[in-house]
Amino acid sequence: MAGVRALGVLSRLTSRRYALFTANSFRTFSVAPVMQARTHVDCEVKGDVAVIRMNDPNSKVNTLSIQMQKELTEVMDEVLANNAVQSAVLISTKPGCFIAGADINMIQGCGTAEEVTKLSQEGQRMFALVEKSPKPIVAAINGSCLGGGLEFAIACHYRIATKSRKTVLGTPEVMLGLLPGAGGTQRLPKMVGLPSAFDMMLTGRNIRADKAKKMGLIDRLVDTLGPGLKSPEDRTIEYLEEIAVDCARGIANKKISLHKEKGTMQKIQDYIMSFELVRNQIYKTVQGKVMKQSKGLYPAPLKIIECVKTGVEQGPVAGYLAESQNFGHLAKTSESAALIGLYHGQVACKKNRFGTPEREVKTLAILGAGLMGAGIAQVSVDKGMHTVLKDTTEAGLARGQQQVYKGLNDKTKKKSITSFERDSILSNLTGTLDYSSFEKADMVIEAVFEDINIKHAVLKEVEAVVPPHCIFASNTSALPIKDIAAASKRPDKVIGMHYFSPVDKMQLLEIITTDQTSNDTTASAVAVGLKQGKVIIVVGDGPGFYTTRCLAPILAEAIRVLQEGTDPKKLDGLTTSFGFPVGAATLIDEVGIDVAAHVAEDLGKAFGSRFGGGNVEVLKTMVEMDFKGRKSGKGCYIYQPGLKVKDINPEIEDILEKYKLTPNPAVSSDSDIQYRLITRFVNEALLCLQEGILNSPLEGDVGAVFGLGFPPCLGGPFRFVDSFGADKLVEKMRQYEAVYGSPFTPCQLLLDHAKDPSKKFFK
Amino acid sequence: MASMLLNSMRTCPVIFEFSDVSVQTKSKKTLARPSVKNIVLVEGVRTPFLMSGTTYVSSFHWGLLHKTGIPKDAVDYIIYGTVIQEVKTSNVAREAALGAGFSDKIPAHTVTMACISSNQAMTSAVGMIAAGQCDAVVAGGVEFMSDVPIRHSRKMRKTMLSLNKAKTLGQRLGLIGSIRLAHLAPELPAVAEFSTAETMGHSADRLAAAFGVSRVEQDEFALRSHTLAKKAQDAGLLKDVISFKVPGRDIVSKDNGIRPSSMEQMAKLKPAFIKPHGTVTAANSSFLTDGASAVLIMSEEKALAMGYKPKAYLRDFVYVSQDPKDQLLLGPTYSTPKVLERAGLTMDDIDVFEFHEAFAGQIMANLKAMDSDWFAQTYMGRKSKVGTPPTEKFNLWGGSLSLGHPFGATGCRLVTTVAHRLQKEGGQYGLVAACAAGGQGHAMVIEAYPQ
Repeated sequence: MAGVRALGVLSRLTSRRYALFTANSFRTFSVAPVMQARTHVDCEVKGDVAVIRMNDPNSKVNTLSIQMQKELTEVMDEVLANNAVQSAVLISTKPGCFIAGADINMIQGCGTAEEVTKLSQEGQRMFALVEKSPKPIVAAINGSCLGGGLEFAIACHYRIATKSRKTVLGTPEVMLGLLPGAGGTQRLPKMVGLPSAFDMMLTGRNIRADKAKKMGLIDRLVDTLGPGLKSPEDRTIEYLEEIAVDCARGIANKKISLHKEKGTMQKIQDYIMSFELVRNQIYKTVQGKVMKQSKGLYPAPLKIIECVKTGVEQGPVAGYLAESQNFGHLAKTSESAALIGLYHGQVACKKNRFGTPEREVKTLAILGAGLMGAGIAQVSVDKGMHTVLKDTTEAGLARGQQQVYKGLNDKTKKKSITSFERDSILSNLTGTLDYSSFEKADMVIEAVFEDINIKHAVLKEVEAVVPPHCIFASNTSALPIKDIAAASKRPDKVIGMHYFSPVDKMQLLEIITTDQTSNDTTASAVAVGLKQGKVIIVVGDGPGFYTTRCLAPILAEAIRVLQEGTDPKKLDGLTTSFGFPVGAATLIDEVGIDVAAHVAEDLGKAFGSRFGGGNVEVLKTMVEMDFKGRKSGKGCYIYQPGLKVKDINPEIEDILEKYKLTPNPAVSSDSDIQYRLITRFVNEALLCLQEGILNSPLEGDVGAVFGLGFPPCLGGPFRFVDSFGADKLVEKMRQYEAVYGSPFTPCQLLLDHAKDPSKKFFK
Repeated sequence: MASMLLNSMRTCPVIFEFSDVSVQTKSKKTLARPSVKNIVLVEGVRTPFLMSGTTYVSSFHWGLLHKTGIPKDAVDYIIYGTVIQEVKTSNVAREAALGAGFSDKIPAHTVTMACISSNQAMTSAVGMIAAGQCDAVVAGGVEFMSDVPIRHSRKMRKTMLSLNKAKTLGQRLGLIGSIRLAHLAPELPAVAEFSTAETMGHSADRLAAAFGVSRVEQDEFALRSHTLAKKAQDAGLLKDVISFKVPGRDIVSKDNGIRPSSMEQMAKLKPAFIKPHGTVTAANSSFLTDGASAVLIMSEEKALAMGYKPKAYLRDFVYVSQDPKDQLLLGPTYSTPKVLERAGLTMDDIDVFEFHEAFAGQIMANLKAMDSDWFAQTYMGRKSKVGTPPTEKFNLWGGSLSLGHPFGATGCRLVTTVAHRLQKEGGQYGLVAACAAGGQGHAMVIEAYPQ
């Protein structure tokens, strides 16, 4: 789970192409006309302070690309050599970005681990030069300061940051299966202490400027400015620079001391940390936590701990060496490749490939204020969309509105928004029991009960009141959209928007188009999803679309495994140790037994024996006994409010006993159970691509990981086929096919890949 | 204090100023319009503005009663503006009126609109007269920063309120037992925006930075304000001030916040809000002030019928509002062009400018904004800038920076000052503009009464 969540936080690292220099992309700068013109870095001397301004002309963000590093080194050398300069300020003129990190493509472009190690060592050398500079260097930070950007900033002598919401600091390398490879593992512990440094590097989370100040990561905060004689963004950067220049001068004149007065808590912490015993205990605890969360499937966190430990215990020389070597090693692991692939996929799925819609959705109406409906309202209302939430009963509506309120109120408690902002956001939410507010709706998303007749009824009711341009989106998890659209007067405006529960936590949105859905309708649905902050895959219509269709076989297999006498806890253990964030039994409970039964039956009818496996009657019996999963308090497990530990529901053992199957020892080892589950998932995913439901393997991987929790360390079903080997996968499937039959028959696409090893989904 | 003003309102209403009439008014058209009633300012008075804490005023002077100067029934209505309200006197206008011995048959209500509360009181009065509801209204404002209500913490209030409802001894003891030390910390009212939780000084500092107003510019403007105020005070120009006796102390007859200093002295101060690099200091901000002010507003016919010599016509006025975060104090920038348009005037027509000086940085930022085409086009939806008031017409008798700024009372002081300056300087049109918390603003055009 941590992996999935972690990736979500990843914000601004970018992949970008190098633009070759053309005459018009040249920008000349004032300082040294004799020198070759620089394009990324500019240096202006203001009195005795050199202002080094970074701005990558070819990208939305600054990255520590080869060009950027080269120019920075040149400018640094000039600054150090210039006797008129006493101090320097490092600032980015790019709005919303200081440095977003190293250039991923630069790392991926390296052939061997040794090359990557060399890159890391070059970075270390450059920052050592900054750190040892006799002229104080002030980092003036506005916008994202991540990864290599943060490592650069902490190598400087003083850090000033704006309070802008866009100003975030962090070391997200771990989310790409890497570690901070330019001195980060060595400098961070010294700067913020071991516990905070581990927290930052192991979670990769973003830290806002005010928090960073408290942690000691930032020395001074600067307010953002409103409109003046220039735009707020431009003036804020200018203001930041003015203050940084004064500050740099102050440090050079010894008017501002670099020595920080330590607080009592800090002194106590330092004292405690001076004992080797205590430090060892910390390493042990952190290591234990990492192992527990990652099941040892992710090498990067362990290497981070190792680098920090080496640096602290054996000194900087050993520390920096360990850092660069481990960085090189990690960059060439399959886990890192998988995570970086997912990152690229996520970036791609945050774009609207259908173009700009003709009309922006300003009023969004949602039918049904249940968990889903209210969840959709929650992620829409704070994005500036006027949101209408309709339910049939007052009680249902009140529950839904309360859910939206609670979601926002939790944000106020975490101080990410103020109570005033909460109230003003809520004023955009209209609760209603009738269709009166639908006249202005630009889009209606229905989240009513999964029954084709009810869906048809609401579709007709909606079409009677909404304006002609209004789009009707169905949040269904399995009903084919064309069946729903059959009742519509304008099927070109009907589309599927499949959200995942809980809507505010799950990043994925699966958009389903039929042959009749117009391009503009799709563009509009994607635009709304992007506004809601979703990662979007657009798939073709069919029973179960993509995600539900992949989920059904794995659930069917999980039920079979249960019937064969594996208890839910064991099953959960097997799946999580394979990398799934949630165990299979728990997943069934989360999805809801009734929903699972429904889906199993529907898709079973549509796809026949391939979707066989466990007996649907097991699920049906459970539903009859009101074991509907977490929502009813009982499923495979018993759920008690406030209790985190859950016990197996004893009554389900009787049911499983009733439907007991005898396991075949040839295919029932722990590892076999894992592969039985995963191969069915993967095979179905490939079938979706083969049948044209999926547009690309990339979308397939993103959908599987962000929607269904496919192990992020494997990068998704398609990357898994590439890395595991299609032939080996086919071999396993044939072995299971011999016992269980058609559910394990490999699809043609998989067979093709198995036959020709040069065929890969990702080059 | 407010009631005392009301007293003087009644006792000294007819003061004819023949000495200054020698200055000739320029010949400009009047803003009188057919079908619109002429509304006049008959008199304006105020207490000396006192820095908070220098004279502790515990309550209003209920007992001050003098003989009535105008017939008891001549005043139809009383409106007062205030900002920080004492819970016990939430309709302070009524209490002050009764305390001052006005007829208990005269209704009174209190208005609040942050720093432009008494402007709101005056314009409400104008509205009532224009609508034909009244002929004579006393409008004023009052503020006592020395005695603001300090509340218990939210937790404590909650506990105390539940305590009221508790039925059994057990419940009560349980509630009392739940009180922790943290509950006892009192809640001080802050001059902070509710919507953004930012204090006004902090916002002013950001505003000054946004417009690139330097510390020196701000200090210079503050020094100008104090110097001009001192000159006006010494020359006896601040005729709206009436003396009053602080119980148990001496009679106070002068504003006590006017302290012309030197640039060197002012430069020594550390920033008060944004530390350590801010530019707004105690010396270039208006200070917390106690004070009250009042004006008598009448329809022209009524005033003339009663034998008064009006001081000025109150003409067009506007209220504006904008973003309370980044444009909190830009009220004058937005209201000035709007009111001028309404009145059909240009900046050149105005002879007397009186802007409320919340912070030197705020005034300088407003002047820069008014001088910027880019700002007018980007944020105000106007074709071009309105222009800046010339220094020689601007706040010549000091301003809120030097005289002080009792939130609720500043508006009446501005209007009265414009009227007095028009008489003294012989101009025809005056402009009042002010900003207020909540991102609101106000402006009013005042026309000299033919002498």
